[in-house]
Amino acid sequence: MRRSADLAYSAFVWIIALFAMVLLLAPTVVVLITSFTGAQTLKFPPPSWSLLWYRELLQSDELIAATLTSLKIAFWATLACTMLGTAAALGIARGRNGWARFLDSLFVSPMVLPAMAFGLALLMVFSLMSVRLSIWTLTVGHIVICTPFVIRMVSASVQQLNPLLDDCSLSLGASRFYTLRRITLPLISRGIAAGSFVAFLSSFDHVPVSLFLSDARTEVLPIKLWQILEASLDVRVAAVSGVIVILTLVGLILAARLFGLGANVQERP
Amino acid sequence: MAQRRKLEIFGETLPAMPLAAFFLVAFVAPFILLLVISLYQSAEFRGVGLHQYVKFVTDGFSIGVLWDTLFLGFCVTAVCLLLAYPLGLVYIAGGPRLRAFILFLIMLPLLTSAVVRTFAWLVILGREGIINSAMLALGLWGQPARLLYTWGGLVVALAQIQLPLMALPVINSLLKVDRSLVDAAEGLGASSWRRFRTVILPLTLPGAVAGSLLVFAASTTAFITQTLVGGGRIVLMPLNIYQQAVGVQDWPFAAALSIVFTVCIVAINWFVNAFAQARMRGVNA
Repeated sequence: MRRSADLAYSAFVWIIALFAMVLLLAPTVVVLITSFTGAQTLKFPPPSWSLLWYRELLQSDELIAATLTSLKIAFWATLACTMLGTAAALGIARGRNGWARFLDSLFVSPMVLPAMAFGLALLMVFSLMSVRLSIWTLTVGHIVICTPFVIRMVSASVQQLNPLLDDCSLSLGASRFYTLRRITLPLISRGIAAGSFVAFLSSFDHVPVSLFLSDARTEVLPIKLWQILEASLDVRVAAVSGVIVILTLVGLILAARLFGLGANVQERP
Repeated sequence: MAQRRKLEIFGETLPAMPLAAFFLVAFVAPFILLLVISLYQSAEFRGVGLHQYVKFVTDGFSIGVLWDTLFLGFCVTAVCLLLAYPLGLVYIAGGPRLRAFILFLIMLPLLTSAVVRTFAWLVILGREGIINSAMLALGLWGQPARLLYTWGGLVVALAQIQLPLMALPVINSLLKVDRSLVDAAEGLGASSWRRFRTVILPLTLPGAVAGSLLVFAASTTAFITQTLVGGGRIVLMPLNIYQQAVGVQDWPFAAALSIVFTVCIVAINWFVNAFAQARMRGVNA
């Protein structure tokens, strides 16, 4: 009796787990296959194969412009939030007082608060101060959105750091700055790299805030793709998606080679 | 010297001050402004009062939209929990290769753009998509079914898109469970189901709560997936806010909607955290 219940449990766990694995993988595979279709529709499986849509992509100036805008914003936002976030994580990760804990929950709150509300609020601030929308107003919004990832991952690294190492360096006569540069930063560099990697990707991918802060001159890629998909199920999107998937795969493999997959990505709750 | 003493007040948190200042200006201030604007009576910014909130409660539409959005978040979170636990159990039972493979499967969608993943679901659920093609080829369905623009399609698509956010914290807390506790339960005669329910589940509650809050927040605000997979028929809070702010240009009402939505999410966060903490105290006692 008990053995059959145990068997049912194992079967249940394995079937759901296999289903979850297929579910996780399927969309990526589907996108890759669809991007090589020779047809005008998103019929699956594709009736014929070609690189037609990739060629089409090279001639879409608007998509290329949107990609460049998105890359620029992601670059500046990542740079800013990595510097501000790393400093902040060093300040609060070891702090035990309520002040440090308050700041910690403030800095990660953009992750759980509705980004749509924040986007609208920021738009109101800019229009009240009559600041013209540009890629810099977008970058301000993206810095806030990306900061939680840097804080989370750098804090995780700082907490694993042995504080004695800093004390040793200081007691041997090194200055605070020298200790930071030669001891602390090298030891948490993996956390910083992982944090900025995820920050970059989430800025590149972010929609709700950009929805309010971008105008015709500053179109970003995800919103451009959304507009194309809303108007018609254009197959060019498949080619863009194919490019993004391939670049992500390359990035993931590189990251795994350089830092080891998983060690940095397992967020602490 | 006085300078130095002033810095001491902040103590070790001093390096966090630049970011704190930035957040004050670019995050806290906007939300305060949002609250102020929501108190205007009309779209022309005249009169002050709770008019917009009264409108929210009485217009017979907005409350339903809010309810649908929160219910969507609840459904997606439930599906993600159901999928993440078996996945995590297989992960901890597996060898290094299976573990690396599962981690790769989780990381891949997490790092691929959400628009791309949404697009994949348009291909899968579309009229000529995979499911319809397969069902027609197998002769199970006489004609293509409408899968896009349905509630079920939206929940499944969002669950797949957000699953990594749940799977990572759940796996992380499963890894921390002391194996000998599970073995002890087995030695004392508990069945697998009972071991899961009375030992593993309570011990991994922090991971499940962290994952649930992330999935809930992400799926209730997933504008792109909601509008493309849900279509125009399913109106949810993000689209509603966007239409009021950009389409109708009624900023006070859009602000009020945003405030109500934010307060609901914060309240749910607070409630779930309080519940989890109460339960965890129970486990430790």
